[in-house]
Amino acid sequence: MSTATEAPAAAARPATARAAGAVLVLLALVPLLVSSNVADMLTRVLAFALLAIGLDLLAGVAGLPSLGQAAPFGVGAYAAALLGKHVTTVGPVQLVAAAAAGAALAAAVGWLLVRSRGTYFLMLTLAVGEIVHELADRWEGVTGGTNGLAGVPAITLYPGGPPVRLAGVLYWYVLAAVLVCAGLLWMVSRSAFGQTLRGIRDNEERMRSLGYRTFPPKYAVFCIAGAAAGAAGSLWVAQSRFVSPADLGFEVSAMALLAVVIGGRGSLWGAALGAAVVVLVREELSPQLGGRGPLVLGLVFVAAVYLLPRGFAGMRIHRPRGEA
Amino acid sequence: MTGLLETERLTRRYGSLVALDEVSLSVAAGARHAVIGPNGAGKSTLFALVTGSLRPTAGRIRFDGQDVTGRPDHARARAGMAKTFQHSSLFTSLPVLDNVALATRRAAGLGMAMVRPAGRHAAVREAAMRQLELVGLAGRAAVPAAALSHGERRQLEVAIALATSPKLLLLDEPTAGMSAADSARFAELVESLGAAVTVLIIEHDLDVVFRLATRVTVLHLGRVLADGTPDEVRADETVQRAYLGDAALDDLFFGGTR
Repeated sequence: MSTATEAPAAAARPATARAAGAVLVLLALVPLLVSSNVADMLTRVLAFALLAIGLDLLAGVAGLPSLGQAAPFGVGAYAAALLGKHVTTVGPVQLVAAAAAGAALAAAVGWLLVRSRGTYFLMLTLAVGEIVHELADRWEGVTGGTNGLAGVPAITLYPGGPPVRLAGVLYWYVLAAVLVCAGLLWMVSRSAFGQTLRGIRDNEERMRSLGYRTFPPKYAVFCIAGAAAGAAGSLWVAQSRFVSPADLGFEVSAMALLAVVIGGRGSLWGAALGAAVVVLVREELSPQLGGRGPLVLGLVFVAAVYLLPRGFAGMRIHRPRGEA
Repeated sequence: MTGLLETERLTRRYGSLVALDEVSLSVAAGARHAVIGPNGAGKSTLFALVTGSLRPTAGRIRFDGQDVTGRPDHARARAGMAKTFQHSSLFTSLPVLDNVALATRRAAGLGMAMVRPAGRHAAVREAAMRQLELVGLAGRAAVPAAALSHGERRQLEVAIALATSPKLLLLDEPTAGMSAADSARFAELVESLGAAVTVLIIEHDLDVVFRLATRVTVLHLGRVLADGTPDEVRADETVQRAYLGDAALDDLFFGGTR
């Protein structure tokens, strides 16, 4: 919450800041407390959370629900893997290049896509996701086809540095990268531009009547979400060191959107929490249930829609709002 | 004399139906110009053509010395047109102040600023707050727009429109569904704008029209039937016949509910 509600929200700020600080300390301590398997899984949670946060900016703040965010995610993942195999193992370089690749894909398709709305937008993004998936499958010379790209070398943190092989160190790198990227997305969300996006989400026609051209902000946020997805793809590959067409399939897009829905649209941190739930259910619960994870995710989705219409983000105890 | 807004033989057809038929209208700067007419007269079509949400079949629209016929609605808004919607059109998930801030922020050219938190643009907030004070909603600044009453929503509509500092304010049936008291307060608000803002008002409530308007245009079946000062229009016999059928004009203008 920012802008007009700032005065009453100011009272709540120290408590919120303390909570956020505690979460950050806990996140930073994780590698010291858990096994490397768990650290690896939490690394994937963080990467997926960045994908979900970017999608939340697009779907929750700007009102453009995309069912194709796996496309820039996958493009970023392939870009990072190819760079790692052939050009450079420096993680931050891969991260920036993957973000640029994700943004470039978004810029290419978004020019047309963001002119549509609602269900049409959903369907068109779905189509783009499927096309990119198909492309990854078929373009064997570059993507390795269905086999994917295996044997991606471990990243280094700086040129000439040692390869990062310890799960805990890799976790710290991914945590730092996610915090920086999420911080940028958070800054965008609470900026004047963020308010423009909310205005478009609520009432695009009214925005036009106020003199706003609504295409540039929608196009911009689509590219920003694409960059976030690309960056997330690079972090995903940094952990898995493997990428295949499955990483940019429909399931990834759907899970990202699911994370936004159960997290509560528009808050960004809710989407990160939703991402954690989605990845944990899929990776931890699913094997124990004989591969019935998607069923559980479906139930989580139904429960979220009925019990938490505003997601986790809407769950906090509402303080009575002071009326100025 | 050329007006701030001029339409020249403005025509809009829907297939064989002519909704607006060669309407030429001139709204003088500083005027409060009302357009009245029975249902189906073409008032809303005229409004949509002027604001840019519809394209004319033929004819030109000039605003502030420029031909805006082919310009999209957002460009017309930036040139200085502001409108209110017939049905309140707000940003319902945002607080009242943020609704107005969207307008003042656009006027300040900050709609794409991505770095500073929106609330830190002090000038934008203050300008928005001034508009709320003007329409009497300052006490409701932090309330979500969805929680406002019908009358308050109309006030907020006007605050948002005025917050872009328009040269021309277009009001589409602003008092529709308002109580008599709210209508009177609304008329006061429009009167308080003075000559700095030219107003084009499309209105059903003739009390409001004859209280506010300095000039009245009567539309009937898509054509201009009469155009003149309120007194001239009231006295016009063709208006009487077309607008009222057999009934006496005074019954409509001065009888009944008053």
